[in-house]
Amino acid sequence: MIAIIDYGVGNLYSLSSSLKFLGLDCRVTKRKEDLQSADKIILPGVGAFGDAMRRLVETGLAETVREQAKEKPLLGICLGMQLLFDKSYEYGEHEGLKLIKGVVSPLAADIRGGLKVPHMGWNRLEIVKDDPIFRYFKSGESVYYVHSFYAKDCAESTLGVSEYGVPVTGLVRSGHVYGSQFHPEKSGGAGLRLLRAFAEI
Amino acid sequence: MVSKRIIPCLDVRNGRVVKGVNFEGIQDMADPVELARWYNETGADELVFYDITASFEGRALFTDILRAVASEIFIPLTVGGGINTVDDFDRVLKCGADKVSVNSGAIKDPSLIGAAAKRYGDQCVVLSMDVKRVDGQFRVFAKGGREDTGIDALEWARRGEALGAGEIVLNSIDTDGVRGGFDLEMLRAIGEIVKIPLIASGGAGKMEDFLELFRYDRIDAGLAAGIFHTKKVNIWDLKRYLGACGVNMRMEG
Repeated sequence: MIAIIDYGVGNLYSLSSSLKFLGLDCRVTKRKEDLQSADKIILPGVGAFGDAMRRLVETGLAETVREQAKEKPLLGICLGMQLLFDKSYEYGEHEGLKLIKGVVSPLAADIRGGLKVPHMGWNRLEIVKDDPIFRYFKSGESVYYVHSFYAKDCAESTLGVSEYGVPVTGLVRSGHVYGSQFHPEKSGGAGLRLLRAFAEI
Repeated sequence: MVSKRIIPCLDVRNGRVVKGVNFEGIQDMADPVELARWYNETGADELVFYDITASFEGRALFTDILRAVASEIFIPLTVGGGINTVDDFDRVLKCGADKVSVNSGAIKDPSLIGAAAKRYGDQCVVLSMDVKRVDGQFRVFAKGGREDTGIDALEWARRGEALGAGEIVLNSIDTDGVRGGFDLEMLRAIGEIVKIPLIASGGAGKMEDFLELFRYDRIDAGLAAGIFHTKKVNIWDLKRYLGACGVNMRMEG
């Protein structure tokens, strides 16, 4: 069973639907026991970093996620991916889950050429380091992004990037812990194939 | 870089996809879920659903359709029609929509744009404008193009952006359904004054119309209904054609 963590941030309908569509057993849950009994965990998230982290800490889920990440594959999506890092500079400075080395910074400070923020739309994901998560994915296929902040200083864990004025960190991995800045559940066939590969890890 | 988007638009009334010309003369076209499936298979980058139902029953049916689409199609979905309050946003987002398009509801109460942007983020709020030339001015129309609001379209676009809209869909009533090409004059007028992504709607009749559209670099997406619904233009063929002409397109499904 794949547990999708429900901590009141974002809309989980498409994510749970995409896993069901792939024939995978999943459960949207806020119960620690479900995370403990799950084979894999997905940490979704949309919205502000500080608010999301506060919710994870207050519910005690932050601690459970850190523990479980040592034992089983975890995938953070969008804000859920950003939460995996050491800290974020989104409107102030916030501590993250510290599962992957690196920081989350505003895109606007680093991109050149008058590009719009948020980085929103379909962009090609180039593989920089091969990994089992790319089993069904070809380098250069497009994925769907919506975000204004991005992870940096994380070259060690970076698996894939998309060009948007800077190389935007698209997919990362450290041990069992994966993170995707884009939304695989909104990235058409390519996204479904990434989710399927994650489920098979 | 972010690619240009091709967006089929599905106007849904009483559970069926319909299409009118110049906002009038409505015809029954297809089953929405089947049509959405077809567009997903042929490479649509996003789908827009407008609920043009008047009745309460029709609205419930629309939500069911939306849920059915979002349970098997995994590309961005934008939903509009009858969005008057933040609760309306909530209702459609829970059914799998990613973006919500406001039109008459925002004209009646412009604070809706800011309230929704604050709660769900700018990227979630799409300002849809139905615009027509009146006395040498681009004028905003409400209620599905039936009512002249007297509002200047340039002012409304500027204000929508300032209030927090993340994207503008500009529907030209003058070219809608005529299939003689997009309204580039109107698109340029708006494109020069806003920074947020601009989606062109109204007038697509053939593949070349999209090429002409994307030659104006301020345009992020082309939206059409009739030419896709009737299968006059296949989205795969269109994207291959545009790609070959040098437009940055997402080429895989």
